[in-house]
Amino acid sequence: MFTRSRAPYALIVPAIAILILGMGYPLIWQVVTSFQKYGLAQQFGQPATLVWFDNYVRLATDVQFWVVVAKSLVFCVVTAFVTLAIGTLLALLMSAVTKTARLVLQISLLLAWSMPVVAAMTVWIWLFDRRRGVINYLLDLIPGVEMNRFQWLTNPLTFLLVASIIVIWMSVPFVAFSIYAGLTQVSDEVLEAAQLDGASGWQRFWWIIQPMIRPVIAIVLLLQLIWDLRVFTQIKMLQEAGSGSGDYDLLGTYIYKLGTSAQDFGMSSAVSILVLAITVALSSFYIRALLKEDEA
Amino acid sequence: MTRRSLGKVLLSILAIVIALLWVFPVYWMVNSAFIPTAVLQQFTPTFFPLHGTLSNFTGALADGTFFRALGMSVAITLTVVVFCILFAFLAAIAISRFRFRGRKSFVLAVLIVQMLPAEGLFIAQYKMVASVHLLDSVIGVSVIYIAAVVPFTIWMLRGFVAGIPADLEEAAMVDGLSRFGAFMRITFPLLAPGLVASGVYAFLQAWNEFTVALVLLPSEAAQTLPLWLRGFVQASATRETDWGQVMAASSLVAIPVIVFFLIVQGRLTSGLVSGAVKG
Repeated sequence: MFTRSRAPYALIVPAIAILILGMGYPLIWQVVTSFQKYGLAQQFGQPATLVWFDNYVRLATDVQFWVVVAKSLVFCVVTAFVTLAIGTLLALLMSAVTKTARLVLQISLLLAWSMPVVAAMTVWIWLFDRRRGVINYLLDLIPGVEMNRFQWLTNPLTFLLVASIIVIWMSVPFVAFSIYAGLTQVSDEVLEAAQLDGASGWQRFWWIIQPMIRPVIAIVLLLQLIWDLRVFTQIKMLQEAGSGSGDYDLLGTYIYKLGTSAQDFGMSSAVSILVLAITVALSSFYIRALLKEDEA
Repeated sequence: MTRRSLGKVLLSILAIVIALLWVFPVYWMVNSAFIPTAVLQQFTPTFFPLHGTLSNFTGALADGTFFRALGMSVAITLTVVVFCILFAFLAAIAISRFRFRGRKSFVLAVLIVQMLPAEGLFIAQYKMVASVHLLDSVIGVSVIYIAAVVPFTIWMLRGFVAGIPADLEEAAMVDGLSRFGAFMRITFPLLAPGLVASGVYAFLQAWNEFTVALVLLPSEAAQTLPLWLRGFVQASATRETDWGQVMAASSLVAIPVIVFFLIVQGRLTSGLVSGAVKG
């Protein structure tokens, strides 16, 4: 292999240029702006003044910000773990059923997975529609349950429940397929030997399968946590169908509102930097795993 | 029947029930798209489009905004796919065929950038694109998309290039081909599936993207398909929603994507978790 050639540098120049332009420059601008007072006045030409950590201090002392952070974290953790649990169960189910049943399940999950997020949102908003949504209709059929015209999207708790259901519906296929791919690596002979030795189904799962698929589970969970923390499209579209008040904000829409309606770029940059920092910290494990693959 | 196979049958039935449950929203989209608005407005839902109609589709297409948005989406997506594949292909060759100083930092940078969420950068990207007067333009949004998609494409193609033994190329060089010639005649054809897979990945990302498009394409004339579709839901705040039309619009946006997705999905999953599966 060449070591002193200039060729590899020439080959990576276009990629580096576009990354600096599309990601690097905005990132640096954002770090700088998070240390500036950059509000409406600055939009109209007043020079932005350096205020050091003022934006961060203002955030740290803002109760509403902490409420949004807490809600986002709870939403992210609950959604990611439920997704993981359902995904794992479906993967186990795939490996326990007949070929036809497995194929039907896989096709169904693939179809759900392939829905563009905006199309999926319109369908779910229709399903949860107050008057003619199927979900209220079906719940209403249960004796003693009065769900006709129930407004899901105008109560913060049910709003986030709906958002969580939608995110889980969209994320489970990826988790189930990844874990199923991991399960196929577990050797049948070992499982049969364990069964002959009298291990129950649960024991076989916990002592043989679980340790072997743990690396996949770890990475899938991590990706879910990262993706669920930054959830934006789903919340934004549910807000447009229901209520857009601050009570329904998670971090993504919070940043969006700070940047667009409030035009406070200093503050929105500071929140963005925090989200990026959490993301990079969470991903370091995943990145290390990928680097190991690169060295192999 | 033994106890074990009875269990298998019961589990199989369960799997099919779950499959039907999971696919229901997709089915419901297509189903509602074919049902006349008047029927959709009845209290009892219609579960099968027995008396189907195409009027929802003609209604959704009537004002011509669909084709404007389609044009915008096609222009952006084509730009992104072409440049993404080109840039990622070159970079993938560099990192899988050469060992050079700075290679490790480059790989690390690619992996970190891949994790950065659009939701953490879009205000800054808006500011940057606005300052060069490229809001509502294909170029502005494409630059951001390419930068967002290129890292994963590099990573995906790196796997494909690494899978083709360099010995093959060297053998061709011994037989008298130049290094470039050997690459073009031997490696490039073997790489075609990888290029297709990453092209489809870039297509899906650019075609479906919502967040960045929302801030970089503020005017209605510059809407991409996801923004156009969102307009239907947004309008429902002020007037009665015509759900048949919204679902027809959703189907128009979703069906090409579903087809492309089915082509690429196998490669996609293995790319994301292969590091973990192989250990």
